[in-house]
Amino acid sequence: MGPVGMHHYLALSAILFFLGVFGVLFRRNLIVIFMSIELMLNAANLTFVTFARYTGNMDGHVIAFFVMALAAAEAGIGLAILVMVFRNRATVQADDLVMMRD
Amino acid sequence: METVLFYIFAVLTVAGGVAMVSLRNPLSGAFALVMSMVGLAALYAMLHAEFVFILQVLVYAGAIMVLVIFTIMLLNLNREELHEVPVSRIRLLVMGAVCAGLAWAAVRVLDQVPQAKVEMVADFGSIEAVGRLMLTDFLYPFEVISLVLLVAIAGVVLLAKRRI
Repeated sequence: MGPVGMHHYLALSAILFFLGVFGVLFRRNLIVIFMSIELMLNAANLTFVTFARYTGNMDGHVIAFFVMALAAAEAGIGLAILVMVFRNRATVQADDLVMMRD
Repeated sequence: METVLFYIFAVLTVAGGVAMVSLRNPLSGAFALVMSMVGLAALYAMLHAEFVFILQVLVYAGAIMVLVIFTIMLLNLNREELHEVPVSRIRLLVMGAVCAGLAWAAVRVLDQVPQAKVEMVADFGSIEAVGRLMLTDFLYPFEVISLVLLVAIAGVVLLAKRRI
């Protein structure tokens, strides 16, 4: 185990991002899909903060803050839509929401 | 020491993510994601991002995940409603292989980025320094994000009120 450098953090963020992509592709539960998107946003944040640290430029921290604010807005609206879908159609499975298809 | 801490928190973060994706019950998944986010917060602290570290704990692990857990408990899903149509094994393997391959490719590409030795300013990542940057260089995006939050609040109220 050598000293931890920029590439360790970047590799971790790549792994987290594709874990989120896998969750969106593989799971059919809307709540879990939503949380996978949060995981992807977190992975992007880790990349921003890593590059901020290893370029000595704090812009990445500000952008990470903006991503968090956007995630908060997304969480509010996404969960409100989820509750509405559940009220109207009594399901949280993405496979059941095919009224646009058939 | 730093290396050991990095691996502890990296394993915590990835394990939380894996558990979130694989656990059947979304409530267990939400708690796993909280664990993952706390691990990430520790990594932010190791990267000298004091401001982002505090926000990660307060906003992400705190506010957003509490909202998610609150919603899951509000929906109060039973066993049938949680039952997912299982994805066929071949599709699962193909999707897993594609994601793993893409992750490996991303790691390879990111390894090409040269790591420069840089001097950090004394107050790197402190709340004061980031806050100053936010209200000078990033004033426009800051105002836009406050507008986005306002619109989000209005949208959520509209969605919640209109009962069909």
